[in-house]
Amino acid sequence: MNTRGLRSQLKDSVPVTGLGPHVGAYGVQDTLRSGFSSVKNELLPSHALELSEKNFQLNQDKMNFSTLRNIQGLHAPLKLQMEYRAARQIQRLPFLQSSNLALDTLKGNDESISFEDILNDPAQCEMMGEPHIMVEYKLGLM
Amino acid sequence: MATLSVCQPPFGGFSFEYCKRNAVLAAEVAKVGCSIPAARKTGTTICGVVFKDGIVLGADTRATEGMIVADKNCSKIHYISPNIYCCGAGTAADTEMTTQIISSNLELHSLSTGRLPLVATANRMLKQMLFRYQGHIGAALVLGGVDCNGPHLYSIYPHGSTDKLPYVTMGSGSLAAMAVFEDRYEQDMEEEDAKRLVRDAIAAGIFNDLGSGSNIDLCVITKNKVDYLRPHDMANLKGIRTGNYKYKRGTTGVLLKTVTKLDLEVVEETVQTMDTS
Repeated sequence: MNTRGLRSQLKDSVPVTGLGPHVGAYGVQDTLRSGFSSVKNELLPSHALELSEKNFQLNQDKMNFSTLRNIQGLHAPLKLQMEYRAARQIQRLPFLQSSNLALDTLKGNDESISFEDILNDPAQCEMMGEPHIMVEYKLGLM
Repeated sequence: MATLSVCQPPFGGFSFEYCKRNAVLAAEVAKVGCSIPAARKTGTTICGVVFKDGIVLGADTRATEGMIVADKNCSKIHYISPNIYCCGAGTAADTEMTTQIISSNLELHSLSTGRLPLVATANRMLKQMLFRYQGHIGAALVLGGVDCNGPHLYSIYPHGSTDKLPYVTMGSGSLAAMAVFEDRYEQDMEEEDAKRLVRDAIAAGIFNDLGSGSNIDLCVITKNKVDYLRPHDMANLKGIRTGNYKYKRGTTGVLLKTVTKLDLEVVEETVQTMDTS
């Protein structure tokens, strides 16, 4: 494995969630899928695309904001970020998946189809958090 | 218990869950002296040419899977929009899904703008998507169409680079097809000449490249008209058996004939009407 190339990738990108300890669907290390845990396993991505895919939306937003700033001045990305933030707060109860309709309309995602919409669609996810605990977590009670 | 205490919101798109597992399995299997199955080789000839008032796209119809012909009559010219079509070489599933996604996007785009999409738009969408996946989506495409700016022909490589040329070829038979184009292409050809040229280019791919074969599909796109010819030409028809090797009736003489009647007793007989709707 070309670890040097990966290290430069790690350095340049902004990790969103981090590769972190790989916790499976049942809250423990999924040995069958991710192998035995080791520091190297947790730091390095398992596929060349994993990091760039993880950071794609973030990097694209960053690029759009900086282009917008160069064209229209600082106020434009600030205003847009404020609108994104407001739209992102429109959610259902913490254990229900939001459709993110307002955010998609703002970003123009409602008029495009990509692999995010047909593979692993979050709206089709069969797993759900424990309702009471998730609400308590959201409200900061635990 | 299938519920989690605190569930992270899942992300859409490609899942890399199995990559680490596969790497672990490959390492384990290598220790025993075996290897996990490798990806199969693919082969195709696709090409396109610009003529006086449109585009002719051409493709063979063989789907190769290593040494095996997986499909003898597959369709490699995909629909993008009413005025744009796209030939695909490389991983069949990738070309199929890529063209379907771009087709859907262009449909949404043209619904929002209320016009027919431009070929340049389709080209830009394809290259941006392929570049994002850094060549891991193995789709080599020939994109052709006619829009308000006239006919356009692009070739798109799996890593996202594109060419805009008057005649292009792709796939493993691209060298054979390009040789025919280089020899006989002229500017502002008539439709029949262009069709014959593309037919001969694909036939060169079929006869000189082992990854290509079977029939020749053509797609002729002119302003306001699309001609999808499938198959346009059967390049190598199966030979017809000239002799008849069946024995004539009664060649073997019957020596003995016994008829045994089955003694059946009819217990119940009902008539049901058949549903013929």
